[in-house]
Amino acid sequence: MIAIIDYNMGNLRSVQNAFRLLGKEVHIESSADNLAKYDKVILPGVGAFGDAMDHLKSSNLDEAIIEFSKTDRPLLGICLGMQLLFQSSCEFGHHEGLGLIDGEIKAFDTKRFDQALKVPHMGWNEVFVNGGDLFDGMSEEFYLYFVHSYHVVCDDRFVAAKSHYGYEFVSAVHKENIYGLQPHPEKSHTNGLKILENFIKL
Amino acid sequence: MDVKDGRVVKGVNFVGLRDAGDPVEVAKRYNDEGADEITFLDITASHEKRDTIVHIVEEVAREVFIPLTVGGGIRKLDDIYALLSVGCDKVSINSSAIKRPEFIDEGAKRFGSQCIVVAIDVKRSGNGWSVYLNGGRVDTGLDAIEWAAEVAKRGAGEILLTSMDADGTKKGFDLEITSRISSMVNIPVIASGGAGSMEHIEDAFTKGKADAALAASIFHYKEIDIVDLKHYLKSKNIPVRL
Repeated sequence: MIAIIDYNMGNLRSVQNAFRLLGKEVHIESSADNLAKYDKVILPGVGAFGDAMDHLKSSNLDEAIIEFSKTDRPLLGICLGMQLLFQSSCEFGHHEGLGLIDGEIKAFDTKRFDQALKVPHMGWNEVFVNGGDLFDGMSEEFYLYFVHSYHVVCDDRFVAAKSHYGYEFVSAVHKENIYGLQPHPEKSHTNGLKILENFIKL
Repeated sequence: MDVKDGRVVKGVNFVGLRDAGDPVEVAKRYNDEGADEITFLDITASHEKRDTIVHIVEEVAREVFIPLTVGGGIRKLDDIYALLSVGCDKVSINSSAIKRPEFIDEGAKRFGSQCIVVAIDVKRSGNGWSVYLNGGRVDTGLDAIEWAAEVAKRGAGEILLTSMDADGTKKGFDLEITSRISSMVNIPVIASGGAGSMEHIEDAFTKGKADAALAASIFHYKEIDIVDLKHYLKSKNIPVRL
């Protein structure tokens, strides 16, 4: 059984709908005590990093996610949920993350952009796959839907895919049983659904 | 998609509505044909029927996996919450923002700028453009460019800019106001109103400097195929998802 963590940070229904279409029921789970019983866990999220960590901590979900990550069972962070997997973010001040993967979250540096672009980065953009089983059976580049102003900066060994917006940035990460996607697979039509299908198969 | 009493409708210059189908079926067709986003504008007149749109979105979100925006009659933070919780990704606010601009700040703070789209309906007046309300019937007296700057400053994540002069005419977007606003604000601007050909949509991106283009009639009545349109735009070096 797959759990989607509900910590009051955004729309879980679309993720649930996507799995339902793929024929897989998922549970919306808000209790830290229950997390250990799932085969797979998804950490979604829309909003600000600091608020999200506060919500996770106040319900002890932070500890429960860290414990779950040690079990070898797959954990997938989507958008803000992916950013939370890292050590820290500079969004509205310095905030500590879950620290499951080494790296930090930084704002798009518009001064480094190769052309004038607007932030947030909103819309469809190409993803260039590095590797990783989330992208099994998919082409090396395809479009997914993004909405974000911050992105991951981490060591290349954790990079599963990159994209380009003003400059090259990390759009997917993978470390052992921990997966992260900056774009929203649940809003990315056929390619997004294929990624979620691959997650089901892990 | 303009939705009235649970049906997709389309008019010219916001009047003379024609039926264009069931919203769930139409949305599913666009999802399958390669549309990048879908926007619903609820133009139901009576307040009692307002819940209809929430149910429609709920049904659409079960089958459609591209971003959904919903506008029309959104007055309170609870209205936004009701839509987001059934699978809508962004809400589009218009009159409520004009009546009480703080509503933009409040929505952005609670749900994030990325889901607050401010719709601005404009008409040429004299040397400039005025902001209109209620489907083009009420002139607010606000200057379109000043209002666009204010909504961006207050935390709107996108501007859905509709030219009421052009809407439904199929004679092309109002490129001048689109380009002026798009060059000024640092948030995406969606050009709307007047799309009649592939060239018009190309112009919205090049001459109009728009970040996205919205069209209704040409897709509802199958005058332009979405896949053909995207191939055309790609051939003109406009980045599109194929």
